[in-house]
Amino acid sequence: MKETIAIKDIVKTYLMGDTVVRALAGVSLTIETGEFTAIMGPSGSGKSTLMNILGCLDRPTSGSYKLDGAEVATLSDDELAVTRNKKIGFVFQNFNLLARMSALQNVALPMVYAGVAKNDRLERAKKALTIVGLGERMHHRPNELSGGQRQRVAIARALVNEPTILLADEPTGNLDSRSGDEIMEIFCELNRQGRTVILVTHEPDIAAYTRRTIMFRDGLIVKDERREASACSGKA
Amino acid sequence: MFWESVVIALDGLRANKMRSILTMLGIIIGVGAVIAMVSIGMGVRDKVQKSIAGLGSNLLIVMPGATAPSGVRVAAGSTTSLTYKDAQAIAREISGVNLVAPSVQRQYQAVFGGKNWITSMQGTTPDFLAVRNFEMADGSFISQRDLDTRDRVAVLGRTVADNLFGEMSPLGQTIRINKSTFRVIGVLATKGQSAGGQDQDDLIIVPLTTAQERMLGITHIHSISVQAENPEVIDQVQQDIATLLRVRHRLQPSVPDDFSVRNLAAVMATAEETTGTITLLLGNTAAISLLVGGIGIMNIMLVSVTERTREIGVRKALGATYANILLQFLIEAIVIGVTGGLIGIAMGLGASYTISSLFGWATVVSVGTILLAFGFSVLIGLFFGLYPARKAALLDPIDALRYE
Repeated sequence: MKETIAIKDIVKTYLMGDTVVRALAGVSLTIETGEFTAIMGPSGSGKSTLMNILGCLDRPTSGSYKLDGAEVATLSDDELAVTRNKKIGFVFQNFNLLARMSALQNVALPMVYAGVAKNDRLERAKKALTIVGLGERMHHRPNELSGGQRQRVAIARALVNEPTILLADEPTGNLDSRSGDEIMEIFCELNRQGRTVILVTHEPDIAAYTRRTIMFRDGLIVKDERREASACSGKA
Repeated sequence: MFWESVVIALDGLRANKMRSILTMLGIIIGVGAVIAMVSIGMGVRDKVQKSIAGLGSNLLIVMPGATAPSGVRVAAGSTTSLTYKDAQAIAREISGVNLVAPSVQRQYQAVFGGKNWITSMQGTTPDFLAVRNFEMADGSFISQRDLDTRDRVAVLGRTVADNLFGEMSPLGQTIRINKSTFRVIGVLATKGQSAGGQDQDDLIIVPLTTAQERMLGITHIHSISVQAENPEVIDQVQQDIATLLRVRHRLQPSVPDDFSVRNLAAVMATAEETTGTITLLLGNTAAISLLVGGIGIMNIMLVSVTERTREIGVRKALGATYANILLQFLIEAIVIGVTGGLIGIAMGLGASYTISSLFGWATVVSVGTILLAFGFSVLIGLFFGLYPARKAALLDPIDALRYE
C-alpha cells in the first residue's frame, strides 16, 4: 500500500503567556491510501492540533510531514494554501459554508482558487452535489437547508478538487443521530470508492464506521488499532 | 483570477448595500465638491482673463500724475502734464510701438429727440479702435480728416445707441451733447462688461480735437493708450516711454514722474495669480472632504474584515492565498472609490451647471479636473483599502476559523 501521509516526530508547542504548552509531543504516524481512520481523544489531547497540521493549516514546530511523498512541514503560507486547495478536502463540524452563496456556488468556491474556468466549475460542482444526493437543491442557500443537507454541501465542496485526503473534524457533532448516520454513510461510500478519509470524533459510535482508530492523550498516540469490521451498511 | 476577485468584491458590497452606499457618499461628496469648486474657480479666472484681454492686447496706458509711494494716485485729469504732442512723440520715437491713441473724457448728457442718456464722451484718434479692441457694428469710425477739421461727428457705443434710438438706426442722425450737435457716423460692436463689472459699451467717441477745443476747452489730454508690437517688447516700451516723457517734461533726476505707465499684462498676471489662488483654495477645501471620505472607506473596510473573519478563514482553508484575499478586499475598496468617484463626477458637473445657470457665475469644467478627481478617488480607495485588506490577508486561517 502507498503511504499517503507519513509524519515523523511531530512536535507542536504553543506559548501561552509564559508557559510553553506541548500540544504534540513527538508523534509519528503513517496513513495509507484508501484508509478510513478515526482520531479520538479527550479535549486538549492534541487531536485538533494534529488535524490542523495534517490539513496544512498549521506547521509543526519540528518533525517531518510527507503528504503524497512531498515534504510539506517547511512550506510557505502561500504554498500551504495551494496544497490545501489541491490535496486536502475539509469538512467542519459547523459546516463553514458562506451564507451569501447558493449551495452550488459554495461547492464551486475551491475551484475559483484553483483557477478552473467558470463553466467547468459549475459543471463539476453539480456533479459533486449529485454524488452527495443534493442534486435537487443546488440553488438553495445554506440557511434554506437542513443541517444534514448543509453538511452534504460541505462534503461536496471538499470533494470537488479531487483531493488526496478528506479531513473531517467532528462532522456529525452538530447533527441529530439520523442525519449523522446518513453523513457517515456518505463517508463510507467515498472510502469504498478508494478515498483516504480521516475524521476526528469523540463518539465511539462514529468511530465505529472506520477501520482504524487512533487514540490521543497528552499529545501522544496511546492506542492505534485496525479492525476488519465497520458499521458501514453496504460493506463489501 | 482578477475578474473572479472583482465579482467576489461586488458580491460583498451588494450584501451590505446601505453601508456601501453611505461609504460611497463620502467619496461622492468629496469628488463632487472638488469638481464644482475647481470649475467655479476656473470659470472666474477665465472671465477675468477674457475681460482683461478685451481691453486690448499688449496695452500700456499712460496717465498724468505720479504714483505716490503709498500707492495713491492723483486722479487722472487733475494734472495737465500730458499732451497730444507727447502721444505723437511716443508714436514717432519709440520702437516696438504699434499704435498710439491719446484721449480725453468727460461725463455728458446726450440727447436725441425726447430721450437723453448720461454717458462718457471720449475724444480720441482713429487708432483707438484697434488699440482698445473695439469693432464697428455699423457705419465708420472717426477718421484723421475728422480730427484735422475738428468735425462734429460721433460714434456710439451699443448701450448709448439702444437708449437713445431703440430699434431705429442712429446712422446719419443728429444728437446733442452738451448743447452741441453731432452727426452719428457709426455704432460700435458690443463688448459687454469689463472685469470690474463696468459696461464697456456705454460711451460716445468723438475726434480728440473736437473734444479738446469745442467741448472741454483744454490743450492737455487725459490718457494715452499704447499698443506694443508684441508681449516681449512691452516692458522695454514701458521703460522707453517713461524715459522719453521725463526728457520731454524736463524732469530733474530728483523729481518723481509726473505721469504713470500702467502695464495691463502685469495687471492680468496679478489677477490670474489671485484667481489661481482662489481656485487652489477651493480645490484644497474640497480635497479635504475627499480625504475624509477615504477615511470612511478605511473605517468600513476594517469593520468588514472583522465581520467576515470567519469567511476569510473558510476561504483560506479552501486554498485562497495571501494575494487572493488581499485582492478581494482591495478591489472592494477600489470599487467604492471608483463608483463613488463616477457618481461624484456626475454630481459635480450637475452642481457646476446649476450654479452657472442659477447664479450666472461662469464655470469651466476641464477634462483634466475630472480625470484628476477620478484618479484621486481610485487612489484613495487603494490607499485606504490597503491596510484593511492586508490585515485580512495576513489572518491566520486557524484563528479565523475559530473566530466567533
